[in-house]
This record gives sequence, C-alpha cells and structure tokens, in this order.
Amino acid sequence: MSTPLSASVDVEAVTARPRLATGFWRRALRHRSFVIGGALSLMVLFAALLSLVWTPWSAYEIDVTAKLRPPSATHWLGTDVLGRDIVSLLLVGARSTIMVGVIAVSIGLTFGVCLGLIAAARKGWTEEIIMRMSDFTFAFPAVLSAIMLAAVAGPGMVTSIVAIGIFQIPTLVRLTRGSANAIWAREFVLAARASGKGGFRITIEHVLPNVLPILIVQATIQFALAILAEAALSYLGLGTQPPQPSWGRMLNDAQTLLFQSPMLAVYPGAAIAIAVLGLNLLGDGLRDLLDPRLARER
Amino acid sequence: MSVFILRRFLTLIATLFGASLIIFLVLDALPGNAAQMLMGADASPDAVRAMTIKLGLDQPLYYRYVHWITGILTGDLGNSYAYGTPVAGLIAERLTLTIPLAIMSMSMTVVLALAAGIYTAANHNKIGDVGVMSLTQFGIALPNFWFAILLILLFAVKLQWLSAGGFAGWEESILAGIKSLLLPAISLSVVQAAILARVTRSAVLEVLREDFVRTARAKGLSKRDVLWRHVLRNAMIPVMTIMGLQFANLLAGTIVIENVFYLPGLGRLIFQSIANRDLIVVRNCVMLLAAIVVIVNFVVDVLYAFIDPRIKVHNL
Repeated sequence: MSTPLSASVDVEAVTARPRLATGFWRRALRHRSFVIGGALSLMVLFAALLSLVWTPWSAYEIDVTAKLRPPSATHWLGTDVLGRDIVSLLLVGARSTIMVGVIAVSIGLTFGVCLGLIAAARKGWTEEIIMRMSDFTFAFPAVLSAIMLAAVAGPGMVTSIVAIGIFQIPTLVRLTRGSANAIWAREFVLAARASGKGGFRITIEHVLPNVLPILIVQATIQFALAILAEAALSYLGLGTQPPQPSWGRMLNDAQTLLFQSPMLAVYPGAAIAIAVLGLNLLGDGLRDLLDPRLARER
Repeated sequence: MSVFILRRFLTLIATLFGASLIIFLVLDALPGNAAQMLMGADASPDAVRAMTIKLGLDQPLYYRYVHWITGILTGDLGNSYAYGTPVAGLIAERLTLTIPLAIMSMSMTVVLALAAGIYTAANHNKIGDVGVMSLTQFGIALPNFWFAILLILLFAVKLQWLSAGGFAGWEESILAGIKSLLLPAISLSVVQAAILARVTRSAVLEVLREDFVRTARAKGLSKRDVLWRHVLRNAMIPVMTIMGLQFANLLAGTIVIENVFYLPGLGRLIFQSIANRDLIVVRNCVMLLAAIVVIVNFVVDVLYAFIDPRIKVHNL
C-alpha cells in the first residue's frame, strides 16, 4: 500500500487501488516478520474469540478436589490451586488482555492523535502547551499512573485501562505532531491552502490520511506495550480483579506455588510473550511494508 | 552553552511544577476526604472531623499545595498516617535498596546492550548479527516479572544457588546485599538491554555509512580503530536518548520486580501505603519517582551538548 500524497480524488488513483491492495498482500505474505507476527496475533485473537463461545471447562468454577492436577486428557495443561482448568483460564485471560489493550490504545489514539494534529495545525502557543503537557505525562509510566489511580479509586480493570491509556498519549502526540508537521510542509498542502481550505479541512482531508500508515504501525506497537502493562498491573493486583481471569493474575497466583507446580508460572508468561512478540513482529512487518524507505534504513 | 543549559533548566522546573500539580490534584484533591478514606466507612463523623483537622485537611487546597512544596524543599515531608514516623525517613530507608538496584540494572543494561549492539553492527548481516537480533526480539517481548519468576525457578528452585527473594541487608556484608539484588537486577536489565541493543546497532550502522568513516578508513585506520575512535561517539546521541527514556521504565520495573522478590524497597513501600491508605507516603513516593525521571532526561539533554556541540549551537 503506497502512501497517498494527495487526498484529492483522481480516477487513476481510485482504479489503481485494487491493484495496490493486491500488491500489498503479495508483498505482505512474503514478509517473514509480518507472516509470523500476523499468525501469532491471530492465534491470540482466536483464543479470545473462542472463549466467548467455548472453553473446555468453566474458567470461574472452583473445584478444590481437582486442585493442582498435572496435564491430562481431561485438563490439557492441568488445573490451578482452586481446581480451575488452565486452558480455560488462558483462553478467557486472552479476552481480558485484548479488551484492556484495545480500549487503552483507543484512548491513547483518540487523545494522542487529536492533540498531535491540533499542535501541528495551530502551532505557536497551542503547540507549546500541548507538547509541555505531553512532557508532564512522560514523567508518569503506566505503573505510576495506575498506583495513583488505585490509591484513590481502588484497583480494577477500569483503573488499569485509564492508566495505560494515559501512558499511551504522549508517545502518540509526539509521533502524530512530528509526522503531521512534515505533511504540513508539503506542496500539496500549500496548494490546498491556496484553494481556500481551512486548517480543520486540510487536517482531515490531507494530513490525517497521510499520517495514518505510521499511526497504524505505532498502534500495533502500543498494543504490545499495553498488553505488557496490563499483565504487570494485574500481577501487582492493580488491574483485572478475581474472579475475572487474567494472565498477570495467574502469574501472581502461580508464584506462591513455584516449588509444587512450577509449570503454572510458565503458561501465562508464555501467553503474554507470544502475544507481545506477535504484535511486535507484525508492527515491524507493517513498517517495512507501509514505508519501504524505513525498512532500508534499519 | 550556558544559555542552552539555563533554558533546559527552566523547562525542568516547569515540568516538575506541572508534575507536582498533577500528583497533588490526583492524590490530595480528588479523593475527597482522605481522613474518611484512612479511617474507613464505619468511622464516626466526630472521629473523621478530628482526623481531618489533625491531617490539616481542613485547610484550603492552595495552602496545602504550598505547604507540601515548601516541605519538599526543606526536607519535611510530614508524617506517615500509618507508621506515624517522618515520610522522609521512610523513603530514605527504602532508597538504600532501590537506588543500588536501579544502578546495578542500568549498568548491566548498558554493558549488555553496547556489547551486543556494537558486535551485531560490526558483523552486519552475518550469522552472529541475525542470531543476536533474533534473541533481542524475544527479549523485548518478555515481561520482566515473568523473566524474574523464570530466574527464580532456575536459580532458586532447581539449582538452589540463590534465594528466591528477600534482602540480606547491607549490614551483614556488601557482598550479601549484592547477591540478593543479583537476580532482580538481571531480570530488569535483560529486557531493557534487548531494546537498547537494537537502538545501538541501528545507530552504529547509520554512522558507519557516513563519509568521514570512509575517509578514516582511507587514511589507513583499522576497522576496529574507526569503530572505537569515531563511530561510537557519534552513535551515542540516539543511544543516550533511549537510555534516558529507559530509566523511567527501569524505575517502573523496579516497583514490579521488588514485589516479585519481596524486596523492602520503594516499590514495596508504595504498595504497603496503598493497602494502608497512606496517601501522604504514596504522594511523596510518586513525586520522587516522577522527579527522578524528569531530572534524568534533563541530564541526558545536557550531556548531548557535550557529546555533540552542534546541538548547543543550534539551540543558541
């Protein structure tokens, strides 16, 4: 997919779109990072979707008589200290992880992209204020924001979503502003201004479509960071709360049983690593495919 | 040069002011009545009122903010609601663990990352480069607290070389203290080093393509001399930027890792304070961590000017 230099509709560009899309997929399917990353990410997504309609056992039902069972035909990866099936917990945990990640990244994208576009369009004091505000937020990693929110509002999924969302904003503001500034300096924007278009219209019609590819790549990486942050917060007890299963919480529970059932600590961590690795590889692949110039530089 | 540093310093002060305002508003103004939170929902109104006065929460908001900032500047952070002892003393005690842990992790990160980054750049596209870069890809995806648990599984549960957690203290011997911090520092640094190694490799490769490198080689300097004398210094700018940003992640990671290893550092103090609803301790700890992040980034910016004089010329 090539980046459109102008959003003005022209017949050639419209008719060329299916060909470009086919070309993108042909290149994408030959790109190792994209294929492996895409497959891993799809696997996690499939696990989350599957958990909506089917899990081998209930992820919420406690059966202490079946606690700490080793892997078997009935419980493929065994059971935890409360007798819950590990596979079922992992499947439902994928759902929690994806839900927190999607909402947090959406918060980050909504605020980050809007503020970045405004900063690039308005310049002057508006830009200065937005960028300094973004600097303040840089001082608060997700864990710190979550600590502050948990201290006043109590721990929970909402706390972790808000904390991770806030943590995403400054990176996206900086990236959007930087990319949008480069677009504002292009001739086709000058032409749009000469034709009488206002700042808002230029931003929506010309700037946003041109910064979109880089935002898609960054959103993939931010999603991976959100999954890591969610897992850390759930591990610390600040994120998703029991009985809702989450990979971070599973790790926390498993840590007290390291001597009895060490594998309980391996499965959820591996699930987190697979999800993050998949998204990182997918992001790398998308970056190469959407901006071949960057691929050559790397 | 001095104008550049002065400008950056003023930005630093403004950022610290903004950060303190955010922390104060979230942790002091937002909770409503902290005395009620501290005493629980069942406390009688009279007891809550008495506690409100004792904590100074009956004073106007601006007065409490100014009082807090003045306290920070004079070293009087008030008394912990839960422990009844000065907050400054509590924090100072915990920092004797957290600061050495952060320094150990950062040192390991830098050594590992520079070694891997320079090695892979010098052996670009060879098998060593591909192998190390694949490892870094896995390293970036590892949650540090899971890696910490895996290290405990290997070194404490299976091999039984090191303890699974706790801190021996500095009083016994420095070596015992370092030994307690070894696994936490490794688990923090490996993940950070994976990111930094990739940045170092890209930066070194970028500089290796510059004309002055070709000139230096044409003058007869060996590849190794060019790398160490010319390339590294020029590749340091992006590497240092990421190092500065990583320090924030490292501090956040310290909070998590201290909980994995049951280390009595700042991270544990924060969590105990949240459990005790000791907001004054949480507020000061968060301010300290935020201040460290901002100050480290300021130092990195100033160091740029020493490494690359073009930056200060540009800013003047």
